[in-house]
Amino acid sequence: MTKGVHFGFISMAFVLVLIAACFAGCTSQTPAATVTAAPTAAATQAAEQQELLIATTTSLYDTGLLDYIQPKFEEKYNVKLKITSQGTGKAIELAKKGDADILLVHSPSQELAFMKGGYGLNRRSFASNSFLIIGPEADPAGIKDMTPEAAMTTLIVKGTNKTADIYFVSRGDNSGTHSAEKTVWSKAGYNYSTQIQKSGDWYIEAGKGMGETLQMANEKGAYVLTDEGTYLAYKKDLTMVPLVSKGTSLLNIYSVMTVYNDKQSAEKIQMANNFINFLIDPTTQADIGTFGVDKYGKALFTPMSVEVPTATAGWVADYTISATAITPEATAAPVATATT
Amino acid sequence: MSEITDGILQAVHLIVTLDPEVMQIAALSLFISLMATIIAALISIPLASLIHFSDFYGKRAVIIIIQTLYSVPTVVVGLVIYLLISRSGPFGFLGLLFTPEGMILGQTVLIIPIMTGLIISALNGVDRGISDTLIALGATGPQKILEILKEARYAILSAVVLGFGRAIAEVGVAMIIGGNIRGDTRVLTTAITLQTGMGGFGLSIALGIILLSVALIVVVALNLITYSLSRDAQWIMGGTRG
Repeated sequence: MTKGVHFGFISMAFVLVLIAACFAGCTSQTPAATVTAAPTAAATQAAEQQELLIATTTSLYDTGLLDYIQPKFEEKYNVKLKITSQGTGKAIELAKKGDADILLVHSPSQELAFMKGGYGLNRRSFASNSFLIIGPEADPAGIKDMTPEAAMTTLIVKGTNKTADIYFVSRGDNSGTHSAEKTVWSKAGYNYSTQIQKSGDWYIEAGKGMGETLQMANEKGAYVLTDEGTYLAYKKDLTMVPLVSKGTSLLNIYSVMTVYNDKQSAEKIQMANNFINFLIDPTTQADIGTFGVDKYGKALFTPMSVEVPTATAGWVADYTISATAITPEATAAPVATATT
Repeated sequence: MSEITDGILQAVHLIVTLDPEVMQIAALSLFISLMATIIAALISIPLASLIHFSDFYGKRAVIIIIQTLYSVPTVVVGLVIYLLISRSGPFGFLGLLFTPEGMILGQTVLIIPIMTGLIISALNGVDRGISDTLIALGATGPQKILEILKEARYAILSAVVLGFGRAIAEVGVAMIIGGNIRGDTRVLTTAITLQTGMGGFGLSIALGIILLSVALIVVVALNLITYSLSRDAQWIMGGTRG
């Protein structure tokens, strides 16, 4: 009997050793994978390599643009970028609580509140593209090539009088895309919460990410407002076609800002500003302007330097001015203690 | 439909070619969930024994609370721990947010109730007669507890396996605390969520298959350990319990 118990303990100990080995393996493996060039010179620096955390939205991250820019920036500044993509609301909360160093989103009204709250510095718009209203190829509501406002008005009129096959699927999740949809409703003269929500079965609030919302709309043969990147990524699985793609209220502007709070060290703020300046740098802007051509046959973004859109829902900071290195007074003490 | 066959083919391809990024993600998933399972087991087994073998006022209530916590949504666990370890939270100084250690903490908290509750049930399932016999044979308290734990080992194993399953399959904690940072905190479930969001259904299914393969390895290992605790050495696969 005791023999069996001993065997059990021995095998348990064996497994623990294996796990410990795995742990050692995992931790030593990661830096080895990231540091590819100059192994000896970088070895000493790598230990104190600065890390910068970017909070962004899923729809932007899913395009792959940041993965494309990341190595270029890391190489130039010897810094490690960590990118977390969450819903717009969550990304902004992360930045507000000081858990991220840079915020990268596409929701001007929420950004305005963020900046007014004193949570950010140096907001710069760095790219834009257009939201699309897409729907079934047959277009039962007949909205093709209308202005966004007219298209949405047609949809609600036909939807509420129960015209057959008219459905609209909304993100319904307070995302950047959802705010854009709400902006179109308000520009068309509707009050979102009283006249649109609960106005009938035609208006479906998905409460899901863009990809899932597109699939839902596709299954129902519904209309939907989407960002271009996600639409292109899902295009092969969809039977829907773009119907409305022009109009100032469909403008989708991506902006970046440095997170500012009293716990944020001056070094991080400076490095975050470097990232912002890197994004609006002419070379990076040119890279942004060609991103996606190889995969989708067309560029996913219009760099801000090419064309600054004039009429926007919110406000576009001038991309031509560099973000300045601002050292907040409050961090003076923590920085001093951190070095000791 | 074609995505499913696509996914299976991709899974085979990724496993055979040992794709470095996928292997790193799978290893991290395994490491985090296994650590969480081990820590949770080390807490749950003594805790469940303590609750089972002692009589106290409100014991039923404690068990009911534990059983209610089985239903706690992973996102809620993630959110509460996030608020605690956020830089502006009370434990922000630990710097656990967006680290594998933070994810282990989250998953441990997530699975402790289910493990503890099921281990209590496992101990309840042991024949009362055994306890009486042990006392009659003059076993001391600790000897009795050890024997009953041994008697319940198969049911305890299921509790541990279930805990591991909940840990490796969950997305909420991994997403909120880990942040799905590439090369850093990206695990299989968050990678699947990401790929699905990007329209990469085939790869999502492939990653799902890899997750199940990882789980298979762990479950076999856990079974081997438990069977080896058995007094009569049985042939592991297909052997009958004597």
